[in-house]
Amino acid sequence: MVSRAERSPFADWWWTVDRWLLASLGALMVLGLVLTLAGSPPVAERLGLSTFHFVNRQVGYLIPAAALMIATSFLSPRHVRRSALLVFGLGIALVIAAIMFGHEVKGARRWIFGIQPSEFVKPAFVVLAAWAFSEGARRRDVPANILAILLLPATIVPLILQPDFGQTMLISMVWAALFFMAGLHWFWVAGIGGVGASGVLVAYKFVPHVRLRIEKFIDPASGVGASDTFQVDTAMESFISGGWLGKGPGEGTLKRILPDSHTDFIFAVTGEEFGVLFCIGIVTLFAFIVLRVLWLASKNEDPFCRFASAGLVMLFGLQSAINMAVNVHLMPAKGMTLPFISYGGSSLISLALGMGFLIAVTRRRPKSQIIGRVME
Amino acid sequence: MSEPMEPLDGGQPQRSDQPRPGLRYRLAQAATDLLRTRIDKSTWRIRLVALGFAGLFSIIGGKLVYLGFKPEPQSLRRAASEAVSRPRPEILDRNGEVLATDIKVMSVFAEPRRIIDKDEAVELLTAVLPDVNAKELRERLGSRKGFVWVKRGIKPKEQEEVFRLGLPGVSFLPENKRVYPNGPVAAHVLGYTNVDNYGIAGIEKYIDGQGLNDLTMAGFRLDPADLKPVRLSIDLRVTHAIRDELEKGIERFKAKAGAAAILDVNTGEVIALASLPDYDPNNPSDALDPLHINRMTVGVYEMGSTFKAISIAMAMEANKVNLNSRVDARESLRYGKFTIHDFHAQRRMLSVPEVFTYSSNIGTARMAMMVGVEGHKAFLRKMGQLDRLRTELPESAEPIVPRHWGELNTITIAFGQGLNVAPLQAMMAVGALSNGGQMITPTFLKRTEEEARANATQIVRPEVSEALRYLMRVNAEKGSARTVDIRGYFVGGKTGTADKIVHGHYAKDRVFTTFMAIAPADKPRYLFLTLMDEPQALPETQGYRTAAWNSGAVTGKIIERVANMLNLPPRLDLPTQPFPLLARLGYGYVNTPSKGN
Repeated sequence: MVSRAERSPFADWWWTVDRWLLASLGALMVLGLVLTLAGSPPVAERLGLSTFHFVNRQVGYLIPAAALMIATSFLSPRHVRRSALLVFGLGIALVIAAIMFGHEVKGARRWIFGIQPSEFVKPAFVVLAAWAFSEGARRRDVPANILAILLLPATIVPLILQPDFGQTMLISMVWAALFFMAGLHWFWVAGIGGVGASGVLVAYKFVPHVRLRIEKFIDPASGVGASDTFQVDTAMESFISGGWLGKGPGEGTLKRILPDSHTDFIFAVTGEEFGVLFCIGIVTLFAFIVLRVLWLASKNEDPFCRFASAGLVMLFGLQSAINMAVNVHLMPAKGMTLPFISYGGSSLISLALGMGFLIAVTRRRPKSQIIGRVME
Repeated sequence: MSEPMEPLDGGQPQRSDQPRPGLRYRLAQAATDLLRTRIDKSTWRIRLVALGFAGLFSIIGGKLVYLGFKPEPQSLRRAASEAVSRPRPEILDRNGEVLATDIKVMSVFAEPRRIIDKDEAVELLTAVLPDVNAKELRERLGSRKGFVWVKRGIKPKEQEEVFRLGLPGVSFLPENKRVYPNGPVAAHVLGYTNVDNYGIAGIEKYIDGQGLNDLTMAGFRLDPADLKPVRLSIDLRVTHAIRDELEKGIERFKAKAGAAAILDVNTGEVIALASLPDYDPNNPSDALDPLHINRMTVGVYEMGSTFKAISIAMAMEANKVNLNSRVDARESLRYGKFTIHDFHAQRRMLSVPEVFTYSSNIGTARMAMMVGVEGHKAFLRKMGQLDRLRTELPESAEPIVPRHWGELNTITIAFGQGLNVAPLQAMMAVGALSNGGQMITPTFLKRTEEEARANATQIVRPEVSEALRYLMRVNAEKGSARTVDIRGYFVGGKTGTADKIVHGHYAKDRVFTTFMAIAPADKPRYLFLTLMDEPQALPETQGYRTAAWNSGAVTGKIIERVANMLNLPPRLDLPTQPFPLLARLGYGYVNTPSKGN
């Protein structure tokens, strides 16, 4: 047992970390592995790879990811900020490099050196934004708010150039929510809401594939033929054919024809094989993590930790909610993965980084430290 | 905002003497205020966001619950049980011979939702089943249904080949397929079924209407063993015989078409029915050819002189004439600008039997005129000649009745022109006139004489019926029906030759001939009808195309051939007292045969 009396770094960590959060994230990682076993073999077979190719790779990524998460969670807020700054700088540089030198995959340049740098930019951006907002709220004289505002275009412009509208939207939403939490005047809340809405409108108006997806969601019949709704229709059928208890692991058949069954639509595969009740369990787990961290954030006295934890968990929560909403056809199709459940190396490592930051900033700390920092 | 500003003091008091700095100050303050974020607000704002997330996840959970409650579109079992053709009862002839039965065949079906590579499946399936249309199959497999047919009724070898393809989502179901082992024999009575084994014509359709459909609709799984076979009045052997004789006759006389039927006059059962050209019900699409109609019930024709029997019976029933009456046939009958001639003109007063045997148009017309237009109409209605005859067969036709029925109509209809009826309808009437005067609706189902007589209505007195049989007998002995006087069966008969109407006029060279025969004439059992459409004159018929030469000859052959099967033993001696009622009424001469057979 770890002693409270000895103040080793590990003991410190063990007694201050939020164990509910840690346990939930651990559960998600294990679930992700199990569900990848269900969702990835059909894709592997389709691509002519060995049946458990993606499972093996997922395990291969999971070990360093878990290590990274634990390691990051040891950081102090100060170090969290510094490493976030580092990762952000590196990430943006790589994103720009990807735009310039990366090869095109499905009409976008997102990959360089086998990674997707935008994945790493996300948590780092949130931490930096939380930093700026906390500074802006704490002091009246520092132009931190301006900095926070400038941070958004600095991040999303390269993303739009990739283009990667999913990440752009996610980052903008988290940023807006953070701004809202920081106590922004309602005038701006309305204003930013308007800008967001017009942003969506502009995308709808001028970006053909965004427009197509939205139109298809509103009226599936209007699309270019019935096969356009194939993904979503098959996902619906998966849930319906699975019923409450599912067909049983490995018994799914619709997953064989469901595109992206190991990534974007793994939730539907889960519905087919494990049932609706199991899916509700997964939703509950995600909801638990999000609500617990937001609750902890609302009680956290350190402004940076408060905003950082809220921001990171919103990033995580929004991404999972959007993915699940797409799967159950509450939203038009959007390329977004389900955190820890969907297959994907970059996304797993970046999630581990983000969650490591999250655990780090939700650690309980003596009041004196906080006050010390606030009085600084 | 470079200047530090205190938001809660200094800005509020309004100074009217210094408006410009006050305004600038207030504007600056407002701008600062707008740009400032306040940490104290964040606690409840974070909770507000948390509430938003709780709502978001609840909506997703709610949609999941909704999906959980949503039933599967259609389970395979149900879809399959709806799609599989259901069993039908066997159809047997009056002696228990099988006329229609079900056999088990295998059909290939697919579950499109379970097929992984649809193009591959189409390619493999069409390679094994070459008669399946690849494009249509691809469309069917592309549908979102849970169950589609690939091909119904495949051979065992095909089944094995499809099985060996090992396609997931492709499987087999046993189905019932209707077969008619006798091919075209009795085809018009039996009708046929569609690919789902639903009766769509003939007795098959009638069976469906008798509750089989209701049972299926109610979702009962029908066990073939539970279905009671349907017994028809048809005799398979006799039907085959008359079809064969008819076929030969049509060939010999180069007729366009023909039909023959045998009616049991005491029970109303149709013992045999053939209509040529016909079709094989195992290949139902042939039945759609308009030439292949059932000429006994669907075709309506002017029955010609056969109708004279009805007219004479009417006059007798109305007591306008008796067997001893004489009718003026000295000269042609004029009516307005029309003149009625006799084919075998005698130009003298004719007795009633003579009117019948010489087939005198003038004589029958005069008798009908004695009864009058209204009486004529009423009698024909009573005889069922003016309304559609409804039997078990759904295929039937309405008689074509003149819209304005005047005296001229009565005159022509009396000798069989101007009223088109279905031949079976005419048989019903002549049957009633010969069986003692009881109207019995024909049936294609087996029934007893008691059942038939229970619902029968008396339409003419028994002595009128007997007189009519006597007339038909005399006609066979020395009149136009001599071709049918088969020794030992005491047959009576009447010919009918009608000129066909071509472009609104009676054509002299195209005839429609009918022949009705009753056997035996003393104790009537069977009524035979043969009709031919446009039989040709032959050298051996001495250039005649009238009914006796063709339809009559065929009827004679039929009687000879089927009498044994109908349990009509030939009698070596003629009946001594064939018409007792007439004898008692003082017509003793009727029992003296004019000829020695």
